[in-house]
Amino acid sequence: MRKALQKRMEAQKYVWEGAIPLQIHLHESQVTTLPPPPPALILAPRIGYLPLLVPLIKPHFRSTLPPGVDTIWFEYRGLPLKWYIPTGVLFDLLCAEPERPWNITVHFRGYPGNVLIPCDGEDSVKWSFINSLKEAAYIINGNCKNVMNMSQSDQLELWHSVMNGNLEAYLRVSSKLKLATIEDEYTSLCSSKSQQGSGETDFTGQVKTGRVPVRLYVWGLSEDFDDLEDISQVDSWEKISYVNRPVEIHKEGKCFTLHDAMKNLLPEFFSDESLSDSKLAGVDFEDVQKIPSEDVSSNKVVEDRGQNAYEHREACYISSSAEIKLIRIQGIEPKLEIPFSWLVNNLLNPDHFLHICVCVKVPQ
Amino acid sequence: MCLATLEVFWTVIEVMMDVCNWDGTVSAKDFRIGALSFAQKWESLNSAFPPWSWVPCPKHSWLASHELLQEEGYLSLENICISRPNEEDIDQNSQTDPGEEETSCSEKEDDIDDATLVQSNHHELHYCDFHVVYSYTFRVPVLYLRAYCSDGRPLLLDEIEKELPACSSKELPETKWAFITQEEHPYLKRPWYKLHPCGTSEFMKLLFLGGDTAQPKLEVVLELYLLSWFSAVGQVVGLTIPCKMLNDR
Repeated sequence: MRKALQKRMEAQKYVWEGAIPLQIHLHESQVTTLPPPPPALILAPRIGYLPLLVPLIKPHFRSTLPPGVDTIWFEYRGLPLKWYIPTGVLFDLLCAEPERPWNITVHFRGYPGNVLIPCDGEDSVKWSFINSLKEAAYIINGNCKNVMNMSQSDQLELWHSVMNGNLEAYLRVSSKLKLATIEDEYTSLCSSKSQQGSGETDFTGQVKTGRVPVRLYVWGLSEDFDDLEDISQVDSWEKISYVNRPVEIHKEGKCFTLHDAMKNLLPEFFSDESLSDSKLAGVDFEDVQKIPSEDVSSNKVVEDRGQNAYEHREACYISSSAEIKLIRIQGIEPKLEIPFSWLVNNLLNPDHFLHICVCVKVPQ
Repeated sequence: MCLATLEVFWTVIEVMMDVCNWDGTVSAKDFRIGALSFAQKWESLNSAFPPWSWVPCPKHSWLASHELLQEEGYLSLENICISRPNEEDIDQNSQTDPGEEETSCSEKEDDIDDATLVQSNHHELHYCDFHVVYSYTFRVPVLYLRAYCSDGRPLLLDEIEKELPACSSKELPETKWAFITQEEHPYLKRPWYKLHPCGTSEFMKLLFLGGDTAQPKLEVVLELYLLSWFSAVGQVVGLTIPCKMLNDR
């Protein structure tokens, strides 16, 4: 078990150390000097947020800014960037073909208040982060008491660990929150000592069924493409559906894969045949011994399963030419057969959400 | 007979819940059924109240031309004048006084015909849009609102708080279950104000506790769920339900 934890820390370290090289240009309307200032080159943490970079960006452009009050916002090719979405997610979503460095524009005036929620700097981002964490806690535990009852100093320490990219400090504080994880099916499949005996749980309190916090960003394209470079740019947030819904996991002996999770979240993109409980082609996990466990809330599970099945039957399959072209999580494009639990246990953002970017092609 | 208070309302409810197992939440499908029924009933009453309508919304805005069977959407009530009348007039937007059981119901119906409210010219009118949206996270309905002047200029929270004092950061904690924040509307993708649902499920469970728990029946009347949710939330933003909605049970 210790080896599994070490491996998990390793993966989380990669995630926390991931960064996007940014080349930040000042918008021409705010350039008051000649020659115009060069762009700022900044390595932005994937798990961070753009407004947190302002202390690095502002000094770079200070001498050229027009006088007045600064209201800072970012934009990529005309699209105002939502500051409450982690930087890595924005990059994965908006840069189909990853652009390095990522050329974005910073504005110090003219905040588009009709599109973007106001941002007053670090405090706004911190509030948004804590709010997301509460939501995740509610999804996992059925209440957000653990987050609400955090001491001021713990809350600050947690927030600073995110700002500074300090994974150890983050794990130290977040472990107090006791946010149950789901069983790591990958590990139990790999290890020969997978059977831990009935009812045994480790310190993280793994559960067999439950809801996983997921934020799904779905970009719909009507054109077909061979190369990611050929895709037209996202010019409006209208082209992206934001699906903020938990994935409900039901353990039935076989592995719950990313494919299963996608069917759960986007049933409209899967044909009726694949919605039934058929085996996934090429993958057979029936050898995994069923470990009996206590259902934490059996009634709810039954109700959820019923509802889930119902919604699958009701869902309208769009057409055979609608397909999911791309799935990106933390810049990785995982195979559909990967156990969903592995993704959850290794690729979460600090807000305890799994952010998934999906590109789908739909018929005209 | 007219029922003007929430407490009296619940004594005539015949539905009994399996209180032990129900946690106060509903599914998305249940919300839709309840909301459609709620909107239909409201409109059929032909009252002086402006009607709530169900606005279907595709799950993916870029698939608007395709009809997805599993319709999503929200309840909408728009262009409601929330401006307070001049001091001399009766405060028509005040919350229901529990003591006024008998007298005021029919009066209240006439009073809250905001469309015909007469204001003096120097007092600019403020309007509000209300949307009831289902939250997949909390599995309860959530109220979103947006306020603006007659020229379309959006109102800031402190301006809204002047018209709807129950929404203020001082008063909301008194309700012990809600506070108001600015967030992106899940379907319209614009900044709206949201009444936070943390605690709604506990509240809803409490509401349904009136009744004989010795004989639990698993009969969930979904329309009632939305009605009761609305009774509670509506008080916060100064909206009331026509008495006929409550009577017709």
